[in-house]
Amino acid sequence: MAFYVVQFLTGLASAASLFLVASGLSIIFGVTRIVNFAHGAFYMIGAYIAFTLTERLSGTFGFWGGIVMAALAVAVIGVIVEMVLLRRIYHAPELFQLLATFGLTLMVEDLVVLIWGPDDLVGRRAPGFRGAIDFFGQHIPSYDLFLIALSPVVLGVLWLLFQRTRWGVLVRAATQDRDMVAALGVNQKWLFTSVFAVGVFLAAVGGALQIPRDAVHHAMDLRIIVEVFVVVVIGGLGSIIGAFVAAVLVSELNAFGILIFPKISIILVFLVMAAVLIVRPWGLFGKPEAPARKTPGLTVNPWRPLTSNERLAALAALIVAATLPLFAGNYALTVGSEIAIFVIFAVSLHFLMSVGGLASFGHAAYFGLGAYGVAFLAKMAGLPMIVCLLLGPLLGCMGAAVFGFFAVQLSGVYFAMLTLAFAQIVWSIAFQWVSVTGGDNGILGVWPEKWAASPSNFYWLSLGVAALVTIALRAMVFSPFGYALRGTRDSALRSEAVGINVKRMQWTAFVIAGTTAGIGGALFAYLKGSVFPDNLGISLSVDALVMVLLGGVETVSGGVIGAIVYKALNIWLISQTDLSKLVLGGFIVLIVVVFPKGIVGMLEMLAQRRGKASPPGSPLLAKPIESAE
Amino acid sequence: MKLTVQDLNSHYGPAHILFDIGFEVGEGEVVALLGRNGAGKSTTFRSIVGLVAQRTGRIMFEGRDVSARPTHEIVRDGLGYVPEERRIFTDLTVEENLEVGRQPKRPNAPHWTRDKLFALFPNLGEMKNRPGGRMSGGEQQMLTIARTLMGNPSLVLLDEPSEGLSPKIVEQMVEAILTMKKEGVSIVVSEQNLHFARLISDRAYIIERGRICFGGTMAELDARPDIRDAHLSL
Repeated sequence: MAFYVVQFLTGLASAASLFLVASGLSIIFGVTRIVNFAHGAFYMIGAYIAFTLTERLSGTFGFWGGIVMAALAVAVIGVIVEMVLLRRIYHAPELFQLLATFGLTLMVEDLVVLIWGPDDLVGRRAPGFRGAIDFFGQHIPSYDLFLIALSPVVLGVLWLLFQRTRWGVLVRAATQDRDMVAALGVNQKWLFTSVFAVGVFLAAVGGALQIPRDAVHHAMDLRIIVEVFVVVVIGGLGSIIGAFVAAVLVSELNAFGILIFPKISIILVFLVMAAVLIVRPWGLFGKPEAPARKTPGLTVNPWRPLTSNERLAALAALIVAATLPLFAGNYALTVGSEIAIFVIFAVSLHFLMSVGGLASFGHAAYFGLGAYGVAFLAKMAGLPMIVCLLLGPLLGCMGAAVFGFFAVQLSGVYFAMLTLAFAQIVWSIAFQWVSVTGGDNGILGVWPEKWAASPSNFYWLSLGVAALVTIALRAMVFSPFGYALRGTRDSALRSEAVGINVKRMQWTAFVIAGTTAGIGGALFAYLKGSVFPDNLGISLSVDALVMVLLGGVETVSGGVIGAIVYKALNIWLISQTDLSKLVLGGFIVLIVVVFPKGIVGMLEMLAQRRGKASPPGSPLLAKPIESAE
Repeated sequence: MKLTVQDLNSHYGPAHILFDIGFEVGEGEVVALLGRNGAGKSTTFRSIVGLVAQRTGRIMFEGRDVSARPTHEIVRDGLGYVPEERRIFTDLTVEENLEVGRQPKRPNAPHWTRDKLFALFPNLGEMKNRPGGRMSGGEQQMLTIARTLMGNPSLVLLDEPSEGLSPKIVEQMVEAILTMKKEGVSIVVSEQNLHFARLISDRAYIIERGRICFGGTMAELDARPDIRDAHLSL
């Protein structure tokens, strides 16, 4: 019994940091509508700076002072980020903000290694809380008890701040209607900045308080951000009480899941999250949201099929690409194959996002399922390569059919979060079901047959499939199905009114995109000769998002260009510099700020400007179009 | 002149909505902006307070051109705006809604306190702690006006204050607007309802398809039934 109590208390102690970080994220999202991916990075910087300060400053005062000073320093960094970067993109679509903050995260990951080195740093114990308390023969670190007491205090302080101060009232008002707050004479800019500072401060405190419990390392950010996303989604985005309850729930699930269901401990929280989202899409304590801001601007630049000249140009580009094996070496061909495969992956997500208006945060799940499908068929059933390539993607198709059915019941941020949760479930299965998937060791030895084994042949295969997939999806955009799907994207209500079954359209699009991603994954398995859980991990999902946004989500061919540029740049940077994340992150941020329409969007705009004077103002950055009166 | 609008043109994306709008409001005057649904009344107001980003023209408020300034600065200078959709903060209580609107005292405008506003709108005083989302339409309309008055404006743009209200509440609204006028607040009120406008206004402009097509006193408008019938649905 005592053991369970101690386990429960350990869970509560872990909940403290999680709650601090999650409440910060929730507050920021509530007002600015930015899903701040960089929140984990601020948490990590908080831990690093606190480590340095607590090492330098001695005594009790030095320790606690160091923690507070670290959090304040990070809040200042947050303010600078807000003023320099985020202010420029508040009116951009949600995903751009996510992309920009993801770019920041990448940069921070390299920066902390540059400053503090790659090794884990073990910090000081907290003065006054060094010992442990004996509880029926079990030890409870007294620092844990301190953390357990801290969270309700923070909750209370935040509650007072939001309920009893003018600032809190303004923040709550802005959470609901930012423009109206401005129309009552409140300077939103500073309100946003202050909210961001408070949110980042909370994240940094959460990080700094981890020092006595855990080593500081440069992968802390991703680990916490996923858990924090889960917490805010379960609790309800924008709700602080919700963040508190969900942080406790998630931490206890982690603490007891290991004991009760050791086989599925990682999945457990994601299962709970998926269940909550399906039953109560806005979270336990959240409020149903008004329809999300639409991505405007498509009316200005309507899509059209390629003209015959453009078709010739595309064909010429394909032919040029096909001549690569004539002059390039094996390494270049392998890189070329990888890029072609990622084109398949990116166009599949691009189809879902730009045509269907559904931004999936877990698209790698279907890519990875395709890869595992091939691995199972090839290794266990011993089927020939062609059959594997044809049947393997069906695993992605089935995954998309099951998950997509639930996912399309939601929309906007919640859709994104649910897809993320499903992807994590699939990842956890691959990771934990060692007897079937090999777990972390993956499945090795998935090599192509002789006819496709040479780099040039495999390159041609990948290129051919990529071209076919791209053409097929493009044709679909301009088919009746594509028109209907675009209808559901632009106005679900009006589509229903003209007799389109919105959910079924979206589900179909989801399955198509998942299957296509599976095709990419199937080829990827043969390219690498192996399959690992990483093939369905979050970072791959984020890669896909970056590719799509980089190319331009409002364009038809953005996915192709985005994949080529991103993947080529990625591979080239890794070979050129140790600071590839820093450069890549900086590049992403730059793209978002300077070319918010993506590469293809920018080119289209330039071409248009040359043709005629551009319409007044950037449609993307304009406020959402409202009915004129 | 309290407020002078000249050559105001506004766009939503590629759509041109307002064409060379011009009108004037004198000190302490109540001016009606009349027009049908979709004529451009709300867009005119939104353009004046800077909520429509794509606008050109001159907007002189108390002798200064405010057309290039952000919304919150225009409002802080004493130009209050009451939107048509009311846009009450539904999660906030009546008192908190008023708090959002609170601005410092202004020398050239009446000073409104909570108590003064609760006297003006007695219903609100009885539900100080009720969330805005659990109020009737009429109560919300009163709250949205009270909220703007908390900013001590010297001029208020009132967008269709009588829309969707019961006759009894409309009466109260007329009283409130006349009180505001007596206190010295200049008012521009947009309306489709000519009867309502007649009860409160000194002068009127008619807007049709984004253009001003009439300006004059209420008596002058009454002398031109042709204009009235052509541009206003009664």
